[in-house]
Amino acid sequence: MNGPFQFRIDGVEVAATPGQTIMEAADAAGIYIPRLCDVEGLRHQGGCRVCTVKVGGKAAGRSVSACTQPAEPGLEVENDTEARNRVRRDLVEMLFHEGNHLCPICEKSGNCELQAMACRLDMTAATRFPYLEPCRDLDASHPDIALDTNRCISCGRCIRASQDVDAKGVFGYVGRGIHRRVAVNGADLAHTDAALADHAMSVCPVGCIIRKGEGFATPIGARHFDHGLIGHEIEGRAGEDLARKDGRK
Amino acid sequence: MSETRLIEISPVTRVEGHGKVTIHLDANNQVDEARLHIVEFRGFERFIRGRLLWEVPVIVQRLCGICPVSHHLAAAKAMDQIVGVDVLPPTAEKMRRLMHYGQVMQSHVLHFFHLSAPDLLFGFGAPAERRNIFEVIRENPELGLRAVLMRKFGQEIIEATAGKKIHGTGAIPGGINRNLDIATRDRLLGQVDQMLDWAQDALAIARNYVQDHSAMVADFGTFPSTHMALVREGDGALDLYHGRMRALNCAGAPIFDMLDYCDYHKVLVEDVRSWSYMKFPFIKELGPENGWYRVGPLARMNTASFIDTPLANAAHGALRAFSGGMNHSTLANHWARMIEVVHCVEKIRELLHDPDLQGTDLVAKGERRFEGIGVIEAPRGNLIHHYKVDEHDQVTFCNLIVSTTHNNEGMNRAVKDVAVKHLSGQPKITEGMLNHVEVAIRAYDPCLSCATHALGQMPLQVEIYDADARLIDRAGQCL
Ligand code: SF4
Ligand code: SF4
Ligand code: FES
Repeated sequence: MNGPFQFRIDGVEVAATPGQTIMEAADAAGIYIPRLCDVEGLRHQGGCRVCTVKVGGKAAGRSVSACTQPAEPGLEVENDTEARNRVRRDLVEMLFHEGNHLCPICEKSGNCELQAMACRLDMTAATRFPYLEPCRDLDASHPDIALDTNRCISCGRCIRASQDVDAKGVFGYVGRGIHRRVAVNGADLAHTDAALADHAMSVCPVGCIIRKGEGFATPIGARHFDHGLIGHEIEGRAGEDLARKDGRK
Repeated sequence: MSETRLIEISPVTRVEGHGKVTIHLDANNQVDEARLHIVEFRGFERFIRGRLLWEVPVIVQRLCGICPVSHHLAAAKAMDQIVGVDVLPPTAEKMRRLMHYGQVMQSHVLHFFHLSAPDLLFGFGAPAERRNIFEVIRENPELGLRAVLMRKFGQEIIEATAGKKIHGTGAIPGGINRNLDIATRDRLLGQVDQMLDWAQDALAIARNYVQDHSAMVADFGTFPSTHMALVREGDGALDLYHGRMRALNCAGAPIFDMLDYCDYHKVLVEDVRSWSYMKFPFIKELGPENGWYRVGPLARMNTASFIDTPLANAAHGALRAFSGGMNHSTLANHWARMIEVVHCVEKIRELLHDPDLQGTDLVAKGERRFEGIGVIEAPRGNLIHHYKVDEHDQVTFCNLIVSTTHNNEGMNRAVKDVAVKHLSGQPKITEGMLNHVEVAIRAYDPCLSCATHALGQMPLQVEIYDADARLIDRAGQCL
């Protein structure tokens, strides 16, 4: 089967072509599926699980990551439901609880995808999980870039960007299981071949990879998520207006 | 039964933050010693170490929910030096000034109407249930409404310059991140004349209070001291945002003048005492006994040669004439504060008419330095931020001297003065008497831990201990 086909997300007919993931097809149709590790221009990793959807009907449903799961003809996908979003909110809360996120003093605030995701998913109170308050480093050794690993969510975007786009390998994973962390391939960032112009330096969804000297230069009101919920651009493709989005709940 | 009793007033109500007053009585019920205990910022000075320099002006705002803008701007001024900028683009400097005048105005209005007006209108000995802003509004609905609207105006100025009413981001090292759009400017201009009228009315209330109660004011926490503030370079005019340091002794003679504030550590030393977390700064050449000084609105009125806005300048002249030169009355701070509100509104009006606020040159760049000092006149007085930053842009050193620290000795003297006069020899300590002590502290508008904001809702705890630290009596009520 090579031709375009149809499947359904939350009951809405969506067109897809063979090889497209559920998320790619959803994006094209103007349906937003929340995500953190996936980003346009980088290969899919399927790591954060924020994009998890249920497929195959509710009773027998399997949970899959929409960013890696290919779309199939006739597939029934459950995406924007209370149950799905509750799981996503739990995942996002856990990301807050396992790092050190002080949004009010973070220069990524207003441009941060994690913060924006918390807003979209109505994470209105502090996380229910006890804060781990890990002791992590701020690596400011590089003249143009700093890394505040307190805010890293291990999404791996920087690793993929550095390897696949910059052909460098500045970043990599170290450790296993819950101890797995993103680290630089050298004693510190200054001892890598990282450069400000690298694609890796512009993909971090949070305030971990910092472009030095740019913090707070964008006034409140002009920051990316001052203008709408995360995902609103994708939803805008379907002509769905924000007012409706906001009034959804 | 031991020889001395210890009375604690904790926490001090209707000041910003938390504090505790202990009054030590001897066997004859005479006040032996009175002290104000305050928690301070050591933890913060450590926390900021290792952070990146451009984060500092945002982080330091978290020191205080009442005057975050002052910390924001003092830190930004220090960081200007670190990024090698001595002269900001006019738009940046004027936006920051606008922010600062809005902040000083709203802080003073809050203090005057919400925290002090109950004492001034109803008397220091009035029952606790009367001494709060709700009673003020009940008795003077018009006054209460003005207080709310004036404060709102100040907050709108802050929002227009910093993006939010509280904890915004306007100032960045070397400049500012926004200019003022025309629509916002016109909205603010539409209110400014009304604000100026109301500011003058408030000034009249404060002035009349001091003039009509001159005998009481002269006898209440009045003691000669040195006064210190920034004044404008060259002509010595009042300047809340930038200037040089001037300290005048109790007779008005200069101890130092036109001092570059980057040399503050050459003239000021910080003393530490075992019973308080807060340091006691003093002027080096006068020593710890005589070198203490006061800062704040009254200190600024005492040190400024004149004020460069006409209505405030006339009021400044009237205060000076009334005082016959230097004024040392703790309660005259209320008058001084309202002169500054008038000055701020005059300055805001002047700035709103200035087309530089719509300029687009917002940030200057320079050659990187490793040490920066920012000093500003915050609502409560002189505020010093001092940082060292390494070649990786990380803070390695931070020293803050906040207004309340400058005033530490002055507040302690005021507490003692009032305690001796109003508590000594009394067989029974009444709540009204204890409130006198609090009135003396509140006149300095202290931001005790620069933390929570009490607004008359905090419990008043009075505890009496004997010399063996045994609790022998306790009284408490919710104000
Ligand atoms: S990285 Fe995002 S979530 Fe974390 S502190 Fe910064 S703004 Fe908040
Ligand atoms: S540094 Fe940023 S991009 Fe890299 S893994 Fe951490 S959060 Fe993701
Ligand atoms: S976006 Fe699919 S797993 Fe992260």
